[in-house]
Amino acid sequence: MTDRRSIKVTVNSEVHEHEVEPRLLLSDFLRSTLGLTGTHVGCEHGVCGACTVMVDGDSVRSCLMFAVQADGCRIETVEGLGAIDSLSRLQQSFHEHHALQCGFCTPGMLVTATDLMKKYPLATDEEIRKGLSGNLCRCTGYQHIVQAVRAVVGKESGR
Amino acid sequence: MKPAKFDYVVPRTLEEATAALATANGDGKILAGGQSLVPMLNFRLLKPALLVDINRIPGLAFIEEEPHAIRVGALIRHRQLETSPIIARHLPVLSEAMKHVAHLAIRNRGTIGGSLAHADPAAELPMLARLLDAELVISSCSGTRRVAASDFFKDALTVDLTDDDIVTEIALPKLTPGTGWAFEEVSRRAGDFALAATAVTIGVTDGAVSEARIAVTGVGSKPLRISEAETLLVGHAPNAELIAEVSTLVRALVEPNTDLHASADYRRHLIGVLVGRALDAAWRRAHGDLQRRTL
Repeated sequence: MTDRRSIKVTVNSEVHEHEVEPRLLLSDFLRSTLGLTGTHVGCEHGVCGACTVMVDGDSVRSCLMFAVQADGCRIETVEGLGAIDSLSRLQQSFHEHHALQCGFCTPGMLVTATDLMKKYPLATDEEIRKGLSGNLCRCTGYQHIVQAVRAVVGKESGR
Repeated sequence: MKPAKFDYVVPRTLEEATAALATANGDGKILAGGQSLVPMLNFRLLKPALLVDINRIPGLAFIEEEPHAIRVGALIRHRQLETSPIIARHLPVLSEAMKHVAHLAIRNRGTIGGSLAHADPAAELPMLARLLDAELVISSCSGTRRVAASDFFKDALTVDLTDDDIVTEIALPKLTPGTGWAFEEVSRRAGDFALAATAVTIGVTDGAVSEARIAVTGVGSKPLRISEAETLLVGHAPNAELIAEVSTLVRALVEPNTDLHASADYRRHLIGVLVGRALDAAWRRAHGDLQRRTL
């Protein structure tokens, strides 16, 4: 009954073909099958935001999607945002603003903020806070994360 | 946790989807956005034998304008509703409400059909369906039927759908130009389910309310229209006194539950305050007094 399905996905510009069980979550496919452990798994029910990745350019919870559903899709994980020697502007800003401590929420924060910056003006810090409200951080108190995003978006306006 | 094993099909037509559901003998589930279903699968609260993934059926994701209504395909994502210029123009109260629906990553996936079929008692979309007198188009092997939102929601997580039914479309009558509207919600964090929320519309003729609609959510087992309170407004130009009277009536008529997030008393208090604010804003908006014009 649970035959495996063949899927072809492009993850961080690399094409992968695999046989997967339909119940395999996209988050587990990325971490266990592909070894891309940058995507973190916190709550597995869409509350913590740690597993957020881009699917066809939109941020999604990878724990609320099955790998088989991603067949033919283009996926970007935190590993695709930048590398140690070539961080994205947002990653660099997180580094400079001390926007992480333990780092568990960071991949989800980075992917979410990347999508937010694409879709919303984020004119006020309030908007950044609202936008990040679906990502839990238990270390920083969020202040430095908001500052890191603010630094990339530009000065707060409209207040 | 991880989901229990299930069989999985990806129909390419509605007919294939309804046929697949019918073969599951009541043990099949429709997978659309998955934002409510997959958590329940991960927790093994649900262990369906078959998932019917409708995401690749063409023709279920559209927003179309007709003379008197906007037709929305069941697979339209929350983010598409939030950003649709057609919705913004004819149903601005819905655009406003969508900003409060969950978080961006969930709005990118979650669908209108899924939200209505799931019928969380604190969700925004079921309340908007009641407010706007939506009609749902539902298909199964035995044909297509249309159900008014007022008949669709039965109880918490319980709607007028059989195991073989698929919601395919939602028809939303346009608001008349000049209609005042407002949406008010209190939630613990931005994007969380509402502790209490309301959406209202006010039609004005000759300086008095000609039609009022008040919908509430989070304060009972299903989204409600408070028709007794709506009637109080008709024929009057609402002032602070009348709005207070309406709010008091709404408070008296709802039966909220106590849970981890809020007591019944607190929810009852909240809905009174929110309905008052919403009516005030809608009345002013109908007169063009709010910054954002209605239509």
